[in-house]
Order: sequence, then C-alpha cells, then structure tokens
Amino acid sequence: MRIELQPRLNPPRWLGFAAPVAAVAVALLIGGVIVANLGKSPLDAFLVYFVDPLTQDWSLEALAVKASPLVLIATGLCFCFRANLWNIGAEGQFVAGGACGGALALATHGADHAGPLGGSWILPAMLLLGILGGAAYALIPAVLRVALGVNEILSSLMLVYVAGLGLDYLVRGPWRDPAGFNFPVSVNFDPDATLPTLIDGASLHAGVLVTLLVVVGAALVFSRTMFGYEIRCVGAAPRAARFAGFDEKRLTLLVFALSGGLAGLAGVMEVSGQIGQLQPSISPGYGFTAIIVAYLGRLQPMGVLVAGLVLALTYVGGEGAQIALKLPLDVTKAFQGILLVCVLGADVVTRYRVRIVGRVMA
Amino acid sequence: MGDGMRAVAVLAMAVLAGSAARAEEKLKVGFVYVGPVGDFGYSYQHDQGRQFLQKQLGDKVETTFLENVAENDSQRAFEQLARSGHKLIFGTSFGFMDPMLKVAKQFPKVDFEHATGYKQAPNLATYSARFYEGRYIMGEIAAKISKTHTVGYIASFPIPEVVSGIDAFMLGAQSIDPNFKVKIVWVNTWFDPGKEADAAKALIAQGVDVIAQHTDSAAPLQEAEKAGIHGFGQSSDMAKFAPKAILTSLEDNWGPYYVGEVKAVQDGTWKSHDTWGGLAAGMVVMGPYENMPADVKAMAEKTEADIKSGAVKVFAGPISKQDGTVAVKAGEVMPDKEILGLNWYVKGVDDKVPQ
Repeated sequence: MRIELQPRLNPPRWLGFAAPVAAVAVALLIGGVIVANLGKSPLDAFLVYFVDPLTQDWSLEALAVKASPLVLIATGLCFCFRANLWNIGAEGQFVAGGACGGALALATHGADHAGPLGGSWILPAMLLLGILGGAAYALIPAVLRVALGVNEILSSLMLVYVAGLGLDYLVRGPWRDPAGFNFPVSVNFDPDATLPTLIDGASLHAGVLVTLLVVVGAALVFSRTMFGYEIRCVGAAPRAARFAGFDEKRLTLLVFALSGGLAGLAGVMEVSGQIGQLQPSISPGYGFTAIIVAYLGRLQPMGVLVAGLVLALTYVGGEGAQIALKLPLDVTKAFQGILLVCVLGADVVTRYRVRIVGRVMA
Repeated sequence: MGDGMRAVAVLAMAVLAGSAARAEEKLKVGFVYVGPVGDFGYSYQHDQGRQFLQKQLGDKVETTFLENVAENDSQRAFEQLARSGHKLIFGTSFGFMDPMLKVAKQFPKVDFEHATGYKQAPNLATYSARFYEGRYIMGEIAAKISKTHTVGYIASFPIPEVVSGIDAFMLGAQSIDPNFKVKIVWVNTWFDPGKEADAAKALIAQGVDVIAQHTDSAAPLQEAEKAGIHGFGQSSDMAKFAPKAILTSLEDNWGPYYVGEVKAVQDGTWKSHDTWGGLAAGMVVMGPYENMPADVKAMAEKTEADIKSGAVKVFAGPISKQDGTVAVKAGEVMPDKEILGLNWYVKGVDDKVPQ
C-alpha cells in the first residue's frame, strides 16, 4: 500500500478557500493541546495571540510596521520566483539598500542646508539610493548567471554574508559615532533623514504606505501587463517563451534588479523609519522570512500582503503571550512552525488529490 | 434562579475587586534579554537575578521576561511591556540603547534601566558591572598555571567592555610574568556553542594550555576539559560543565541590585542614575578557586581582597600602549570614562583590535 499524489486538473474553487481555513484550525488545535499541557488555558492563549493584537491601535501599528519590510521584500521576490529564478539573497540586498541610503544620511549629518530646498531632498534621495543599492547588489548574481551560467541560488545566498560583513566593517570603522565610546553604531540620523510618522508620537511610519502602493502596483503588473505575462511564461514554459521571442537574459536581469530594488527600499526604510541609525546588523532576518511570506502568499502580491500580516501577527502575538501568559518563547516559535507546516500541507491537498493505492497483484 | 445569578455576579465582583486590590500592591517588573535564558551565561545570569528578585519580594512583585529579542527589532518588546502595566523595565543588552531611549520618552511614567549603555534620561538609568576587575585576577592565575606561557582568549565583539577585559587580563598576567602571551580569536557572537567550541579547538591546536572566554556558552570550557587543559567560567559558576578544567568563574550577580531598584520604585525614591559596581559592590563575584596549587589560590584571594579594598586598581599606571606610548603615567589611574571607551591593547598583546 502506498500514498499517491495525483495533480488536480481543475481544483474546485471552494477548496482554495476552505483549505487555508482548515489549516489554521488544525494548527490552533495542535497549539491548544500544547498550551493545555503547559497548564494554561488554550482560550486565553488564542485571545492573546490572535485577537488582542488586532483590537488595539498601537498593536495594529506594530503589526503594520513589522509586516511592511516582509511584504515589500516578498513582493519583489514574486518577480523572481514566478520566472523560476531563485533570488535567495534578499537579506543582503536589504542590507545593501540600508547601507547606501544610510550613507547619505551620515554624509549630510549636522550640515546646514541652505537653498530653497533646505534638507527636504535628503529623504527622497536616500530612498532612491536604497533602491539603486539593492538593485545593483542583486544584479551581481544575475549578471553572473547570464554571462557565466553561475547558479544564482548559491551566489545570491553567499552575497548575503558579504553584505552583512561589509556593513559590519563600515559601522565599526569609518561610520562609527565618534562620541559613542567606540561602540559599533553610527550617529543618529537627522530629522531630515528620518521617515515621518503618519500619526504624531506613533511608530507607524510613512514606509507602510509605500509598501501598500508597491503591492498594488505589482498586482497590476502581473495581471495587466505584457511584462507580467512574460515573467510567467519564462517561468512556466521557457521553451514556449523562447519561441514567443522573449529575451530570457534581459528578463533575468530585470527581475533581479526589481526584486533587489524593493529589498533595498525595505532596507533603507527600516533604517530611516525604525532604527534611526546604522548598526552592525539592521535586519532580524527579514530577507529570509520574506521567502516564506512569498510562498505563503502563493506569489500573488495581495496574497503576500495577507501572509505578511499573518506572520507579523505571530511575532506580535507571540510576545504578548510571553508577557500575559508567561508562555515560553519556544512555544510561540514552535507554533509559528506548526502554522506554516499546516498551511503548506493544505496547499498540497488543494493542488493534488491524495489517494491510497493498494498493492496490485501481478 | 434570579438569586443564584445574583450570587454568582456578586461573587464574580468580589473576586475581581480582590484581584484588583492585590494588583495595585504588586509592582510589575519586565526584563528583556538578548539571548535565551538557557544560555547559562549572560542572559541566564540576569534571569537568575530576576528569580532572586521574585523570591525576595514574593507577592510584592510580578516579573515578566522576553528572551532572545533581536536588538534591531527590540522597540516593540519594550513598548509591549510598558503598555501592559509594567512600571520598571530592565533591558540587558547594549544594543537596546536607542530603542529604550525612544520608548522611555513615550512612557514618562514608566522607569527604565539599561545595562551596559551610556545614554540616560529622567526615566532611563544605566547600570553595569566592572567585569574587568575579575579578569585581572584571572590573568594572574593564568600566568601562574600556564606552562606554555600563552592563554587562548575567545572574544565576542571588539567593543570597549571586551577590549578592556583583554587589557585587564593581560595586566594581571604581566604582573606575574612580563612575557606572557595571548592568542585572541574573535567569534563575532555572544552565544554560539558551535563557533565557540571551534575557536577553542583551534586555540588548543596552537598549543595554549589555558583558555579564557568573553562569550556566554560553556562550550570552550568543555573543550578545555576534553583536552585536559584549564579554563575559566563566564557569567555563572560553570564548574559543573568542566569540574577538572575550571579554575574559577567570573560571575555576574544582578539579584541584589534588582531588589534594590524595585524597592526604590516602590518607595517612590527611584531616580535616574549611572551605576558601575564591581567586586566591592558584589555585582561581580569570583567563583570558587579550584584545580590550582594552594599558593596560587592564596594569591588570587589576596588580589580579590585588595581590589575590593581599593588597594589594587586594575588600570593604575604605568600602562603603555602596544606601540610603547605611555597611556597612564605611574601614580595615576585611568579615569572611568576612558575605560568605558577603551579601544587599544596594552603593550604585550601581539594582535590588532579589529577595526
């Protein structure tokens, strides 16, 4: 006897909605059993984890701020992954963008800005530099692949460490705050180099709006443009794409630049809106988590938006559970994993029919 | 039926009122750690302090902790604690400095304490321990014990606390053996048992017979035990991990400090401050001196007493930098401000501070 997966030619529509819901329900059930075994109330845990963060202004802000870089990077990754190109190095492109944009903030630190513009040009220029920095950094593995056939998975991944150590070097050396007791941090950015907040005194910064715009834009590109079709075609049927006259090399460079540019934008917005200075490490692994977000969102920008918010919810809710219920961090982390496994499992059930096949006598 | 309902409602209200009254007396105290509480090093030791606090003050406090909080994503952790009614919040890692400063401004009625930082505010105090005092004693012990006259030193990040630790260690060692050598490996992590063990193996292969560490796991000490050489424990008494290899441990002792700060908040006498206590204040404690001859043990105990009494100052002149320039003249002592920003090695360290 064995289990066989048969692809469904026409998956029923209702299954597409029911499967994720069922997946979350199963994850909650497993999580509930674990929590009950620790002697806490599963209902309390559910409320703290999933409901509380959605019912308070400040935690909704925290959700949006946490989800923003994940969604932005993952939207960029959709371009690459749809074309069957594996950019695993978004973490490095995030750092490259943050460093390039941050460099301008440091260069203009404390300067008098004469002229009609004053210092108002600094922030837009920083964002632009962030995009360019991330894009240029992503083009390295793209060019290597196009010109020399180097596997982009390995080269983009290895470049993550190069970027991280590069920023580490800069912040320990030339960019170190001279008044900072030799600690490896830069000066704090000037107000001109800081993303404004949307509400006074809140953590919700303008970068969140930029992310929303990018998501809508990407959704339009995929659904309405020739370029969007080209990406899908090259990914799904490279031979057909070649017959159609699509230039695979040009496309490789383009999607890498796009995805790197968005990761770089996320990096500079994190540095400018959240952290407010450069540090040896500016990302708690957003570039890698975004890969999960891209897949949970099924490579659709709108799906990515939802997936990013759900993942952010597990972070914010996880901290809430540690505070309110004194649940250990490991349980909240384990629950994140359980949720992901369930959702991915449901995805398989949606796309394939699971059949148990008995042994056939010869 | 109606009576029954009313009885339930009254009971519920009584319970609620009771818990509200108790909650008022209870001070909610939050802790944010950069590592896991199970590291048996730095974060573990802060959590021991938290547990000591809970035991000492019993039902007068309710403590909460968040572990493994990434420094570049820590602002939300402090905000969550402040929003959930915590009135005193400790952040125990240097990288929490600017996030704490931001949240402290946002919540002027909540008091914050940041370990190892240098930025203060009316409701943000800083505290740290003079670990370098213990490292001086460890340097003396290493110079007496080592047959190869070389110590292997596993260092985390080239920040002043770590660099001043290496300098203090070497000043201690040179007071016994002027030609004592140190081999330093930077692992760029506070806690990574695998990396730390690899560094220890590399150092052992290069012929060191004493290992010192400024990282948090017991892995280097365990490697020393396996290789039959000696080592020092970090942050907590690590004797149980390496009963034959351990010489002593440099223990952090935060409990009494935390109790004092919580009492100050409860009395309404808490004020922002900058505390930097060492052996004398009991914030740094030397573990039992083991696996060494009696005369070495006696020497270590004497130095410990002298540092406590102030008879021995670790950074007392003359101290020369690597290139021979005099940093501290004879008869003078390096001011605290300079120790806090130390980024150069003393003469005799055959290495370069990573820049």
